[in-house]
Amino acid sequence: MLLQTHGLTASYGQFKALFGIDLAVAKGECLAIIGANGAGKTTLLRSITGVLRNAPGMVMHRGEAIGDLPADRVMQRGIAMVPEGRKLFPSLSVEENLLIGGQVRGGSGPWGLEAIYDLFPILRERRRSPGTALSGGQQQMVAIGRALMSNPDLLLCDEISLGLAPVVIRDIYAALPRIRASGMAVVIVEQDIARALSVADRVVCMMEGRITLEGTPAQLNRAQIHAAYFGEAA
Amino acid sequence: MIWVDTVVQGVLLGGLYALFAAGLSLVFGIMRLVNLAHGDMIVAAAFLILLLVQGLGLNPFLAALLAAPAMFAFGWLLQRFILNRVLGKDILPPLLVTFGLSVALQNGMLEAFSADSRRIPIGPLESASVSLGGITVGVMPLLTFGSAVAVIVVLNQIFYRTALGRAFRATSDDPVTASLMGINPRGIFAMATGLAMVVVTIAALYLGMRSNFDPSIGPARLIYAFEAVIIGGLGSLWGTLAGGIIIGVAQTLGAAINPEWQILAGHIAFLVVLVIRPRGLFPRALD
Repeated sequence: MLLQTHGLTASYGQFKALFGIDLAVAKGECLAIIGANGAGKTTLLRSITGVLRNAPGMVMHRGEAIGDLPADRVMQRGIAMVPEGRKLFPSLSVEENLLIGGQVRGGSGPWGLEAIYDLFPILRERRRSPGTALSGGQQQMVAIGRALMSNPDLLLCDEISLGLAPVVIRDIYAALPRIRASGMAVVIVEQDIARALSVADRVVCMMEGRITLEGTPAQLNRAQIHAAYFGEAA
Repeated sequence: MIWVDTVVQGVLLGGLYALFAAGLSLVFGIMRLVNLAHGDMIVAAAFLILLLVQGLGLNPFLAALLAAPAMFAFGWLLQRFILNRVLGKDILPPLLVTFGLSVALQNGMLEAFSADSRRIPIGPLESASVSLGGITVGVMPLLTFGSAVAVIVVLNQIFYRTALGRAFRATSDDPVTASLMGINPRGIFAMATGLAMVVVTIAALYLGMRSNFDPSIGPARLIYAFEAVIIGGLGSLWGTLAGGIIIGVAQTLGAAINPEWQILAGHIAFLVVLVIRPRGLFPRALD
């Protein structure tokens, strides 16, 4: 397994956000994590990436315990994140935002500036603009490109369709097959259930900090997902 | 002609104030840390240069070249092991720590060097001057101003042309997201403080060569540095140079009217700018 969590817990002060999450992601797999607001999806990604620290063995990457590593060390191991809300650096241009993604861990791999510009050609035209001067969809392209620049073996995408027009979401999801073709595993956190089911090899549904359903899109029916998502029968 | 001469002298004096302020501006711009010990660090660096000059018989400029890496190491260690521990959303802990550091530095220097005034000897260069279109200007003020411009240019080049500068700006924007890019914010902050101490060394060189100094004068240098940074706009390096020049010109104009008004005129100029442009002349768009 590329990534595993064992009984992963997380808290914000007195508020417990995750209750013993057991999760596994295989090499090259696309896993979708769905769930309503407050289900703990973003907290799970923050725990995996080291933004929230845990006991070492709660998160394993390529067989090594990484739960207590800080975010910069986790990223250097090959786990890249597209954060919720894009979080582009306002004082950096589009190209600088991309370059900083590969500054510490770029290395040999298919993803470099030219490959990102081929994936999202509009970014080549806007490369000198401040990152935050772009439309929401273009900013999302920069955020994805920035994460790809490190040539990770695991890409975590947090709510990449949030606040975007359907046509823009379609364009962004259209890039996913090319990203997966480079061999990396992808974890997509998504509230758009249909979109998640259309691209994922496997789906995990979360509610109130727990995994309530797991399976392949073919195994799961609408009623099961509805019950796991909202905690009630359809 | 006397007024032109006064303004030129003020501009050149502003170069010294800009040097005092550049390190402060750099640190504030990257980590929003106000270093209350900045003036004392300038004085400490001046003593270090003086020790090298007197102990090894070095030229002051060469002594500063040797002092700079030592000051870089001091800044790096200070940030890595002390200031990083107190950086956070609350601005009070770092203020208290740097205030304590200021007191400790002053007393340490008093113990080591006594309260006597010192000066870094530079020989004939001290009184050398050149004539520029009917105005006579000192070589030292010219060198100081040239160094200030060079420092600002180099810092800007580092900020906008290098990978380190990119990491500085990204970490300043959002340290958590920067860490998701593999950048260690604490390491970046340590580099920034180290770099600021190199600038402090350059400021100390000119402070020590141009005027007498003793362990107690740090806080006054800090006030000039603060005023230059705030006039220019927090975090703007070119703004810091402009701020230094405004204070310098105000002081020389005040002194031309009445010698007692020199210091007061600089402070009044600061207050006037603050009333008209509370965020300074060239504020960063994001602050």
